[in-house]
Amino acid sequence: MGGFLRRHKRVIPYALLAPGLLWLVFFYVLPGFQMLLTSFWSGTLETGYEFALSNVSNYSDALVKYSAQFGRSILYGGLATLLTFAISYPLAYTIAFRGGRYKNLLLFLVVAPFFTSFLLRTISWKIILGDTGIVLGPLKDTGLLPDEFRLLATPAAVIFGIAYNFLPFMTLPIYVSLEKIDKRLVEAAEDLFATSFGAFRRVTFPLSLPGVFAGSLLTFIPAMGDYVNAQLLGNPDTTMIGNVIQNQFLTQNNYPTASALSFLLMAGILIAVAIYARLLGTDELTAGGV
Amino acid sequence: MATATQTLTQSQASLSERFVRFWNKYLLFIYTGGAIVYLMAPVAVMILFSFNDPAGKSNFVWQGFTLAAWLDPLGVAGLESAVMISIAIALLSTLVATALGTAIALALARHDFVGRSSTNLFIFLPMATPEIVLGASLLTLFVAIGAPPFFPLSFITILIAHVMFNISFVVVTVRARLSGFPTHLEEAAMDLGANEWTTFRKVTFPLILPGILAAALLAFSLSIDDFVITNFTSGATVTFPMFIYAKARIGIPPQVNVVGTIIFLTAVGLVAISTIVSRRRMMRDEAIARKHAIAGT
Repeated sequence: MGGFLRRHKRVIPYALLAPGLLWLVFFYVLPGFQMLLTSFWSGTLETGYEFALSNVSNYSDALVKYSAQFGRSILYGGLATLLTFAISYPLAYTIAFRGGRYKNLLLFLVVAPFFTSFLLRTISWKIILGDTGIVLGPLKDTGLLPDEFRLLATPAAVIFGIAYNFLPFMTLPIYVSLEKIDKRLVEAAEDLFATSFGAFRRVTFPLSLPGVFAGSLLTFIPAMGDYVNAQLLGNPDTTMIGNVIQNQFLTQNNYPTASALSFLLMAGILIAVAIYARLLGTDELTAGGV
Repeated sequence: MATATQTLTQSQASLSERFVRFWNKYLLFIYTGGAIVYLMAPVAVMILFSFNDPAGKSNFVWQGFTLAAWLDPLGVAGLESAVMISIAIALLSTLVATALGTAIALALARHDFVGRSSTNLFIFLPMATPEIVLGASLLTLFVAIGAPPFFPLSFITILIAHVMFNISFVVVTVRARLSGFPTHLEEAAMDLGANEWTTFRKVTFPLILPGILAAALLAFSLSIDDFVITNFTSGATVTFPMFIYAKARIGIPPQVNVVGTIIFLTAVGLVAISTIVSRRRMMRDEAIARKHAIAGT
């Protein structure tokens, strides 16, 4: 073994890479190409499928037919990302700057809930947000809320569920970028007569932007494609594009339309990410953040 | 006039300053406590409802305390096989993905070769692709092949999918560990006459073992919890998350909460143990280094 390695030193990295990369080529890259082909199919499972470039109409048909679900995916995904940001930033800030010796324990407490099954967590929210559950029940009993008020099966519940389920993807990158900040910079700003808020606004926050950028992408991308929250916490009028893709693939066996929808989802995500990156103005952001 | 405005802004500043100080001192901690309660709430509900006695109704409303589900945690038709299948897939996919991913991480962190930066980028792509697209595209491939072992969908297709999405996570985790270690330990071993293989076995491997174990733990927990990709690649095979999803509409039996609680406690326990062990080791290493430093001077 040793002799062979010494004689063929330059082969080593490629030998190490080959098995894993081949797996990804066969089961990540190739499926992508197949899905592209499938999106140009016409026909059904029974009659068999035929490939034709003219079936590009699969895309326009799908876009027109499911524009409401696309709109909801962008809206719910965007609002959920904003909500996770609002919840995560102060949390990450406290752990990074005031955590002291409890830093690791606090981080552990933030991550621990996500060792529970994704589905069980969402079903638990169904119990908590129920019409007479532990949140709404007492508020209704004391008359603070009208009896017919509900959270479950509303868009709010779907957005809330998505925000909860993808929270660590936001908190951890923000924490990492805050943790990296040289505390002397903040002290310097304060020495130069910046108020604490001024120092935060002009020094700490800008330096944490790479984390905010990475965190929003890591939250927004899975949020756009999610269908579990809409399924378990929403109603038939809150379905997102993921619900349609799932239904077309697994119930209707309409593979061409479902493939076209998946590509449109990817395109939507890429466009949203590009706009976001442009808004933040961010070549150096990605370099430091991801 | 000018002085009046100045005093005004000054007093405003000191007011907001006082608010910021108050915020920093108390509110941030109250907020963090609240956030942790919020994060833990669904876990608490899951554990609580494993003790619920649904009395024939769905397990959404608290009816009364019972240990019945805990005394017979697999006593629901189909649950035992679902749990066993999930564990088997998680173990096998962890084993394969950890081996493949560690090899890639070693190549990326310890070797210079043509195509290194594009490989780096390529490894990130599966993690940045929505799960639904990963699962759906695999399904189109399996359907297009249309022959065993890829079609009909089975245990094997789930396994293929789980190895695929786990590889990148293993690479990132192991490489993070490798990048913390400079190469001079390996160079020293080589200078002392060890060949590549011996150097790997005696130096590199022990160094990255904690990273490999962390990666395996991550891969296992991602696999055992995966629902979206499995939903597209499982066919008639029912894993634990698939079992939960099928029951979700009519209400899941409390036994599912028991299994969920056991998985949660095991994962948290393992992470806690590995953190404590690695911290002990770090402290020991530091103590040894300090001793050597004193001896050296």
